[in-house]
Amino acid sequence: MNLSITLTVNGRERMLALPDPRVTLLDLLRDRLDLTGTKKGCDRGHCGACTILVDGRRTNSCLALAISHDGADILTIEGVAHGDTLDPVQAAFIAHDGFQCGYCTPGQIMSAIGLIREGQAGTDPERVREGMSGNLCRCGAYAGITEAVLEAQRALDAAEQEQAA
Amino acid sequence: MNRFDYIRPTTIPEAVAAASAPGAAYLAAGTNLVDLMKGGIARPSRLVDVGRLPGLSAIEHLPDGGVRIGALVRNADLAYDPGFARRFPAVAEALLSGASAQLRNAATVGGNLLQRTRCAYFHDVASACNKREPGAGCDARGGENRLHAVLGWSEGCIATHPSDFCVPLAAFNAIVEVAGATGHRDIPLEEFHLLPGETPERETLLAPGELILALRLPGTEAAFAAHARYLKVRERTSYAFAVVSAAAGLRLDGGRIAEARLALGGVALKPWRARAAEAALVGATPDEAAFRLAAEAALEAARPSGDNAFKIELARRILVRALTLAAAGTPARMPALPASPFAIGA
Ligand SMILES: Cc1cc2nc3c(=O)[nH]c(=O)nc-3n(C[C@H](O)[C@H](O)[C@H](O)COP(=O)(O)OP(=O)(O)OC[C@H]3O[C@@H](n4cnc5c(N)ncnc54)[C@H](O)[C@@H]3O)c2cc1C
Ligand code: SF4
Ligand code: FES
Ligand code: FES
Repeated sequence: MNLSITLTVNGRERMLALPDPRVTLLDLLRDRLDLTGTKKGCDRGHCGACTILVDGRRTNSCLALAISHDGADILTIEGVAHGDTLDPVQAAFIAHDGFQCGYCTPGQIMSAIGLIREGQAGTDPERVREGMSGNLCRCGAYAGITEAVLEAQRALDAAEQEQAA
Repeated sequence: MNRFDYIRPTTIPEAVAAASAPGAAYLAAGTNLVDLMKGGIARPSRLVDVGRLPGLSAIEHLPDGGVRIGALVRNADLAYDPGFARRFPAVAEALLSGASAQLRNAATVGGNLLQRTRCAYFHDVASACNKREPGAGCDARGGENRLHAVLGWSEGCIATHPSDFCVPLAAFNAIVEVAGATGHRDIPLEEFHLLPGETPERETLLAPGELILALRLPGTEAAFAAHARYLKVRERTSYAFAVVSAAAGLRLDGGRIAEARLALGGVALKPWRARAAEAALVGATPDEAAFRLAAEAALEAARPSGDNAFKIELARRILVRALTLAAAGTPARMPALPASPFAIGA
């Protein structure tokens, strides 16, 4: 059995030999690639702390076996900023106090980026809350998180309009 | 997690052959199976990854108005397919009320059908569970069982089936297409899941190695699209399994009900089609009195399996409310909180 896989992680192609087919994407990122921004909360699909984008879609990395994702394009929190410039979603989380302890925050931000890409929420706070319900926050920073996602959506909409003009 | 061999077949016959061996299991997205493996509840010795099998990822709109959904279609992709949501809005609403956006992006429709019960004792390997270990006993009897079944349960097992998606599928006569070692066959979804009886370890009609290829919703069922809803009561507004849910579809003609479709979720070990209630509605005017009579008929055989008598009256009320919503008409856009009673009017 060939247990090596190729992943593109934050734009960089990586060839990886897996010791065992049991390795999840979450453990691979954290333990093999030292990308510890992606957090392990429950490790069972309940909390969203491990959210990453796989081929552009937000997913729980704790339930995804690495071996079945050979060839995937992965974006983690480490790959979100553009050099020293924060992504609008990151900036909005800071502007709106979208966190307290910060443990859930990488997952929240990746989930928010995924939500905005899905284009289903827009600027309706109820749709944003529903769209973010897969990310729990033990500190209860939900009000700030919702504000941050709404602002990021507005900022991206405005940037898009500017580009179109 | 136990050790296992990992195989990724490239054709359906290869997959079926590989999965027919004792101890083998299919892997789709793994959102249920990997979770169960981490808990030691599922211990397959071989995983047959079907995630890249060709031909199982399409949503096909059939000439008769029906839809054929490949087993590997992701829950989110099906729910957001505009043509699908137009023909089967209650199915889309049920999908969007399940799990979280992250999980729906990964989870496949075939895996959704085969997800295992959320009975806490089934998930705790230190507890006795007839489903996990035939003959061991059932710690849910006399335990924490307020969320357990009120219909179709047996002395041996009182668990429920957790899927939202399967509830409207049962109501709207979905067909499951499967491939096995001896060929293909069609199984009506209504018969696909088994009640526990004496053998709670047997959960579906699938034989070992049989692979789900697709689901079909018949074109005739699209006739309910103008009056079809899914309603789900859970213990928080979002991202929770159903306490009780209902799918309701009405075909109205001249102010009367020409035909009805009804199924309940969270009440039994299978999505519960309420045929007697459907029959009771035919010819009636769509009003609360008629809906209440139908709800009585649907729950006639219900009895508590523990501290869950409340679910019987809750189920009646959910049915009445789902029918009321269906009669009022399918909303043009899915509400912000799909299938939630708190979204009504939104
Ligand atoms: C935290 C959490 C919350 C959830 N909440 C909800 C909810 O509210 N409502 C709801 O409906 N669901 C909910 N789910 C369940 C989720 O929808 C299922 O886990 C998912 O649909 C399973 O799909 P999968 O592709 O990941 O299947 P897998 O986990 O890969 O497989 C599940 C089972 O199906 C078998 N299988 C998969 N594909 C096939 C096939 N083509 N043929 C034969 N066998 C196959 C596998 O062998 C396995 O036994 C939740 C899950 C989690 C983790
Ligand atoms: S109710 Fe069924 S699944 Fe739950 S412990 Fe009893 S036998 Fe097991
Ligand atoms: S760590 Fe993956 S959902 Fe909690
Ligand atoms: S900021 Fe502490 S868990 Fe969310």
